[in-house]
This record gives sequence, C-alpha cells and structure tokens, in this order.
Amino acid sequence: MIGYLLRRVLYAIPILVGVNVITFLLFFTVNTPDDMARMQLGVKRVTPDAIARWKQDHGYDKPLFYNAHAAGGARVTDTIFYAKSVRMFAFDFGASDDGRDIAHEIRRRMGPSLAVQVPVFVAGLGLYIALALGFAFFRGTALDFWGVVICVVAMSISTMFYIVGAQYLISKLWLWLPISGYGETPQDTLRFLVLPVMVGIIAGLGPSVRTYRTFFLEEIGKDYVRTARAKGLTEGAVLGRHVLHNALIPILTGVVVAIPALFIGGLLTESFFGIPGLGSYTIDAVNQQDFAIVRVMVFIGSLLYIVGLMLTDLSYALADPRVKLQ
Amino acid sequence: MNPHARRAAAALFTALLAGAAGCGSPWNNPYPADASGGNVLYYAFNERPKHLDPVQSYNENEIQFTAQIYEPPLQYHYLKRPYELIPATAERLPEARYLDARGKALGAGAPSSAIAYTVYEIHIRPGIYYQPHPAFARDAQGRAVYQDLAPADIRDRHELRDFPLTGTRELKAADYVYEIKRLARPGLHSPVLGLMSDYIVGLGDYAKTLQQAAARQKAAGRGGAWLDLAQYPLEGAEVVDDYTYRVKIKGQYPQFLYWLAMPFFAPVPPEAERFFAQPGMEENNLSLDWYPVGTGPYMLTRNDPNRVMVLDRNPNFRDERYPDSGEPGDEAAGLLADAGKRLPLADRVVFTLEKEGIPYWNKFLQGYYDGSGIASDNFDQAVQLDSRGQAQITDAMRKQGIALSTAVATSTVYMGFNMLDPVVGGGPDEASRARARKLRQAISIAVDFEEQISIFRNGRGIAAQGPLPPGIFGYREGEAGINPVVYTWDAQAGAPRRRPISDAKKLMVEAGYPGGVDSRNGQPLVLHLDVTARNSEDKSVLEWMQRQFAKIDIQLEPRPTDYNRFQDKVLKGNAQIFWWGWNADYPDPENFMFLLYGPQSKVATQGENAANYRNPEVDRLFEQMKDMPNSPARQEVIDRMTGILREDAPWLWGLHPKDYALYHAWVHNVKPNKIANNTLKYKRVDPVLRDQMRRAWNRPVLWPLAAAAVLLALFAGLGMRTWRRHESGTAREAA
Repeated sequence: MIGYLLRRVLYAIPILVGVNVITFLLFFTVNTPDDMARMQLGVKRVTPDAIARWKQDHGYDKPLFYNAHAAGGARVTDTIFYAKSVRMFAFDFGASDDGRDIAHEIRRRMGPSLAVQVPVFVAGLGLYIALALGFAFFRGTALDFWGVVICVVAMSISTMFYIVGAQYLISKLWLWLPISGYGETPQDTLRFLVLPVMVGIIAGLGPSVRTYRTFFLEEIGKDYVRTARAKGLTEGAVLGRHVLHNALIPILTGVVVAIPALFIGGLLTESFFGIPGLGSYTIDAVNQQDFAIVRVMVFIGSLLYIVGLMLTDLSYALADPRVKLQ
Repeated sequence: MNPHARRAAAALFTALLAGAAGCGSPWNNPYPADASGGNVLYYAFNERPKHLDPVQSYNENEIQFTAQIYEPPLQYHYLKRPYELIPATAERLPEARYLDARGKALGAGAPSSAIAYTVYEIHIRPGIYYQPHPAFARDAQGRAVYQDLAPADIRDRHELRDFPLTGTRELKAADYVYEIKRLARPGLHSPVLGLMSDYIVGLGDYAKTLQQAAARQKAAGRGGAWLDLAQYPLEGAEVVDDYTYRVKIKGQYPQFLYWLAMPFFAPVPPEAERFFAQPGMEENNLSLDWYPVGTGPYMLTRNDPNRVMVLDRNPNFRDERYPDSGEPGDEAAGLLADAGKRLPLADRVVFTLEKEGIPYWNKFLQGYYDGSGIASDNFDQAVQLDSRGQAQITDAMRKQGIALSTAVATSTVYMGFNMLDPVVGGGPDEASRARARKLRQAISIAVDFEEQISIFRNGRGIAAQGPLPPGIFGYREGEAGINPVVYTWDAQAGAPRRRPISDAKKLMVEAGYPGGVDSRNGQPLVLHLDVTARNSEDKSVLEWMQRQFAKIDIQLEPRPTDYNRFQDKVLKGNAQIFWWGWNADYPDPENFMFLLYGPQSKVATQGENAANYRNPEVDRLFEQMKDMPNSPARQEVIDRMTGILREDAPWLWGLHPKDYALYHAWVHNVKPNKIANNTLKYKRVDPVLRDQMRRAWNRPVLWPLAAAAVLLALFAGLGMRTWRRHESGTAREAA
C-alpha cells in the first residue's frame, strides 16, 4: 500500500505542474500584467510609469514562460512562471498583489469555511443516508414515489434559490436568525451557521438521496439480502446491518473525495451569508484580478482533490477487503 | 407520555418561545447582545479595501475609512453649498505667493505668463495629537519601546493590539512634508505621483533619487530596511518651523488647494513608518497600509476586512465643533441642532462586510444598518414618484420613519466618440470633419437620455447639457444652461425639450447619410459601440441604444467585452463609440474640462481625454480658465468652451446620476456631501430609539415553529406506525 501511495504522490507532481501551467495560460489570456496593475492602482490618473513601476515591484515585468533576452538557464528561470511557481511548490505562498500574506489569510479563513462545510457534510450525509434508506424501506409505495419526485424537483432548483428562499423565510419573514454575518465567539457563531448549513444540506438533498437510494435498491436485490431475510431478520435489520454496509462502498466514492475540498468552502454560500471563508477569498481574488491568490487557491484546490482521490482509494481498501492497493 | 405530562411539556415550550420572543435581544440581531444601546453608527461596506495608506488609497471603499482617520490640512464645509474649503488642521486657508523664474516675488496681479512658481505656506494649529499607537510608546526613560525590536519579538505579534503599550505625540509640520515625500517612495504606488510630479517642484526627480537610494540599500543587502526620507530633501516641500511648511508648485495651479483636502496630503509620522518597517512586521501583515495612524476623529481599532472594520473615537482628537451655519433651510431641516457640539458625535462606527444586496437591504429594513442606498430591485419598495415626477418615500418606508436623501452626484456618465475614428471623428480635411460633426449632432438628438434615465435608472439622474454637473462652478441652470444643439427651451413647462427626430434626420442628410445610407458608396451606416456588458440589464440597455440609433436609420452594433479588453481598446484608440464616466476629485470645472483637453488625449499621452478630442481653441480657453478664480470672467470662458464643445459634440453628454440614500429616524445630521469623505464625525444617532425600533420590528414569528413541530410529530408518528405495521405484517394477506 505504501508503494502505491508513493506512486500516487509522484503522479501528483506532473498533475500539479500541469494545472499550474493551465492556470497561468488561462489567467494571462484574460488579464495582462498591465490590466493587473491598473486594477491595483485604480483607473484614474494611472500613468505608464506607474504601471511599469508596479509590474517591476511585483515581478510582472518579465516574459511569461520564456525569456529570449536572458542567457542559459535564466531563459527559463527569469520568467513570471518560474519566479511565481517555484516558491509555491515549496508551500511559500508569498504575498497577494495588495501586499497581504496569503498563508496567513488562508489560516484565518479556513476556520469559517470548515465551520459551515463540516456540519453540512456530516449532518447532510447522515440525513441523506437515512432518507435514502427510508425510501428503500418503503420502496414501491406512494411515499417512495413522491419522495423521488421531490428529489428530482429539488435537484433541478439552483442553490441560489435555496439561499434567497431561506433568507426570505427564516430571516426576513419569520425573523428567527440573522440574515448574514459571522459571530465574534464560537458560541455566538452558531446562530449564524444554522442558515447556511441548512441551505447546504437542502441543496445537496435531491441528488444525494436519489443516488443513495439507487445504491440501496441495487443491494436489496442481491442474494445475501435474500439469505438474511430467509434467516428471519427484520427488514430494519437487513437494511441497517447488511444493505447499508455494502452500499457504503459506492457512497464512499463521492463522499471521501469531497472531504479535503471542505477547506475551500462554498463560493456562493459564503458570499451571500457573509461567511469570511476561503470561498469568498477566491471569488474576491478573481474579481480583483489578484493572480497571486488565484494561483495559490487553484494549486491548493488541485492538491486537495488529489489527496481526496487518494483517500478514496484508501477508504475502498478499508471498507472492502476484496480491494487491494498495489 | 400521559396527558398531564404532555400538557406540561406544551406549556413549557410555549413559555420558552414567548420568553425568547418577548425579552432580550432579537433573535436575528447580527451584533453581540451587549452592543445594543451604544452611541454607535452601523454601516456596511461591500468590498474589502486594498490600501489604507493615505498615499495609495484613492477608491471609495478605501477613502471611507482613511478620511475619518487621516487629517489633511484642509477640508470641505459640511453644510455649505457650493462646496467651500475650510481649514482642518491648518490655521487658515493658505494663500498663493507667486515667484518668477529667478525666484523673485510677484504681486497678486502678475500675469500668468510671468509666474514660474507658486508657493503655499501652510500653518498648522499647535496642540494636535496623534491617536494612541505603539509606534509612539516610550518607557520611563523616554526611549521608544517598540522601535528596535528583534524579529523574535515580532514573530508572535499579528495584530496591533499585540503591542500593549501606546503613546502619542504632537502633530508637526514635518509630518506633512514627510507624507508629500512618501508620494515618491519606492514600493508605494501613489496614483497621484504622476500628476503631482508635474506640479510639485522636484518631485519627479525625487522619485528617481529614492529609487537609486533603495537600489543602493538592496545592493548592500539591506533591501527591506527603512529608508528615512528626512535624509533626502525635496525642493517642493520644506519645513519652515514646527507648525509651518511650504509647498512650491510649478507655474500656477490653484486647484492644488483642493488636493490639500485629500488624504494624499495628510500627515504621516515617520516613527510609524519606521515601526512597521522592522524585519518581521510585513510577514505578519503589520504595515502602515493596514493600520493607519492619524490625528482624525476616529482610529481603526479593528481591521478585519473579511468581516468587520471598527472605528473608535480618537481620545486625542482636537477640539473641533459642529458647524453653526450652513445653507438656507439647514436650520429648518434640523441640521444646525448640534451646532457648537464637540466632534465626533458618535463614539464608534461599525462597518460590516456585506457583499450581496439582499442581506444588506433586509438588514437595513430590520434596523441593523443605519443607512442604505437603493438598488434597482428595491426601488419600487422604497420610492414612488409624485405627479411632478419628484421622488417620495413610500408609505411603508415612511411608517418605519425612514427618510430619503437625494443629491445629484458630481459625476458624469457619457458616451464618447473616438475622434481618431474616420467616421465619427472625421478625417484630416475640414469637409470630412464637418460631416462627422453633423453625424455626432444627429446622434446626440436621437439618443434620448431622459428616456434612459426613466427606464433604466428609475428616474435617478438628470440628462447632461454639457460636461459640467450641477454643483460645479460654471454649470448653468435653466434656459441659459441648455445645449441648443439638442434642446429647445419649453417656456411653458420651464424645462428643456429635446429637438424632434426630424432635426436629427436633417443633420443626417447634411452629413451625407440620408436614410442612414452613405451617399458616397451607397452602403448602410454601421457604427460600433464598445461596452463592458455583464448582465441581462446591460443587454436591455444595449437593445434600447440600438433602437435610439435606429431612429435615424443607423445600425448600431454593440461590441460587449470584458473590462480589460475594453480599456485596452480605448487606450489604443480602437473603440468607435464607448461608455465612460468621471467622478469629481474636487469641485472645480478644471476637473471636468480637462477630460476634453487635447494634451490629455488617451492615445497620445494615456491621459484622461478618452475621446482624443483636440480643438486648439478649447485647449487655449482651458489653459486660460484653469488658473482663474471663480468669477464672472471665468464663467464667461467656461460658457465659450461649453458652446464650442456642444457644437463639436465629442461626447453624447449623457447624464449626471442622482444618488438616493435612506436613513432611519434615529440618524441625525444627514446632508449628502458628494465631495467630502470625512463626514462621519457629524452624524448623530439616537441609540435608545434604535433599540426600541429594532425590538418592535424583529419580534420572531412563532407559529411556523409550532406548525413545524406538529408536522414533525405527525410524520414521525405516521412513520413509526407504518414501520411497525410493516415489521409485524405477514407476507400473505389474511384470508
């Protein structure tokens, strides 16, 4: 297993380099260093001199990938790509284009993102599995039919609708909770988390419940379930002990890979609920053309995704003894 | 559960809910419960500020903080209109002293051509002190406590409050000079360095000197070390004595006084810069760019731009009083009720980050923000137009005690013609320029900005008659102020009336485009509009614009693009017609007229003349007008310039936006001031009324909770029953 993991870690390096190259290409196709300078300096009274100075101070006065005016290895190293990437791969994220330490910001913002995403993940997973099991239990009945219909409807609705709807009902009409914001203390924060967590769970309910129900129904038709029933186990015991355990393997595929991404936070949710997390950090950076932050967040996102895939493989092996990692 | 226990539980639940609803802080209160009742102003900001260093901050989302903290020598009178400069930390408004090229003093009546330099001597008031700050902290022996820290002493300090000792010191003239020098400091990117280098004697060279000094430091391995600007004299900014400094300007630039009311010219204590320049500070995000140090009414005590920014009253703020005079009508409006009271009137200002409009608006309605703008989505809920077209607050808002404040912004939004374009700008010969001029005039008549304001801005704006917005010297009201190329005066209505479309069509014929067809080659006239269209509303505006051009048979092809590409096109002169706008830096016609000054051409000099308009007569008049004091003679020059510009029509003059703002009944001394930014010190709040209203407006509605509990119990009971039946059932139906 260790050999397998080492191999996966080595595979990750070209993937991360590739993602970094694509990020560079995409970003600089849309924004030139001059655009970035203008965005930072403001649009009024910006002189060509000021733009040149900003680019020089921030290391954007070099060619992107290849410096034809340099000699030897400097042709590659004296470029924006090299200068900005090498430190990042050593996890030295440096400062954003407005001068703030990115690592510090990430540390500060990770907490609020996790405060929303972890409850959504844990409570959501529990609820989705419980509901899916319930529908499987009542399969073929009107309850199952309407449950599936509601799931299909729910998955067709945009997250925006849930956000605005929840804010309207819970905070505007019934005045139960603050419409947005974040608390001063952990205790105070709880009341700000209820709404985004609720929205997060509801937004994921439709697709997840429907998918998990399919997994359960697939397992229910198998021989070992018939055997369990024949042995006289109640339907609850069959579902809870046998079907759930075996259906967990496909569920893990989608779930474990999402665990590292919880750090990244929710882009829309954080913006609408005023959660000072990493999701809103990324959105702000894109809007402000802060390439330093964008590339770091893309790098962390891809790194976490790779970690998620590795964790998925590991969890397979742990959940199913038939799976061996070689 | 037996019936008695069930009844007891129900009673307990009801009592809990009723208790929660009836007492304590409202459930939806976004602020800590112990914050209620304070003399605090609550506002929102929608974008985190990038810079809080006065030498760099220029955007509205930055200056709303820095203007409360830093005090330049001058400021604008809060109530008087037209806008009037008054002293802030200065003893009095500085007077210009003119010198010839040899440095010899000239009299006040000296001709402009003889004036080589202007000197302003600024006297600041003694006894003004900085806010408490660790950079000033001294021990019992008078030694600075935090000025020579080792990196290890800084490693665990990430906030300013991690330096428990603070101190202060008196404001000195040298601090103002230091800030002027900082405009040129390497690593800081002041947006006004280019402009000020044209005026302040020696500033351009000073920037080069400092760059060389910084390079020498870097070569010596001391790249991050503090560069003490006091070691590098600047000819254009000198200290005369502790309370006097002198600024030397090239030629005449009377608008310089307006710049002296901006944070770019606020004092910065060198010890604060030195404090933040210590190794390890920047790595911990401790910088002057993030922790401002000023003498103003407020100091930034919490800087969490991801969530909340808190300004607290500066305990060392000088004795400044609320104005005792204003415009006629101010007294009746209650704006002089606090005359003579010591400023600031509020103890604290809390700004909460609110990126989205829906939460912002609803929190305002719930009383959690003291003021709010009005988004298009909420306009009908907040404002209705009366029979005369005047904006009135709706009954629902009035019932809540909300007041509407409106003001025409000192801004202009226009559509520019690229004068380098052969079709709309004309060629090198007079005949083609005349054709293009008539075409532009025809379009000016056809594009009905009154309609645009009505449809897309809910009436929030006035159609522009020229480059100057109301509130700026030179703007003319009524019949004298109309643009005769586009309007006639309707004496009955007492308002301008747009010329009929037949006039525009006639101009099209004269321009050589009868029926929208180029008479020279028989091709239909197709024009291109470059815009940064982002949403569905932008699309509607573009469709509307196409219809306006179609009135005179011109095919308009919008070319929506992103902002970067758009800027690039305008910079390179590749746009044909484009949207653009300008917000006044200061209330002087020069600040608008220079947008059409030839040497400011965007393509030629990357200046602010985006239309690349060049008219020698306008340029000559501009050079004459810019140095004149506000007077009938200056008005006459402006009228002549405006007349030529209207005839030439390099812009569709567009509109001047009208800003609408809503305030709750507990906020006092609200008077829109579109130029000054340091106005929070004048605002007064009635926290008792606010608390009462918040409680009254935010009583939670409890029946849905009870209904949800009942429904949940019902479903649970039903589920359990079905489960039991399922589990105890037999495979075969009973016979």
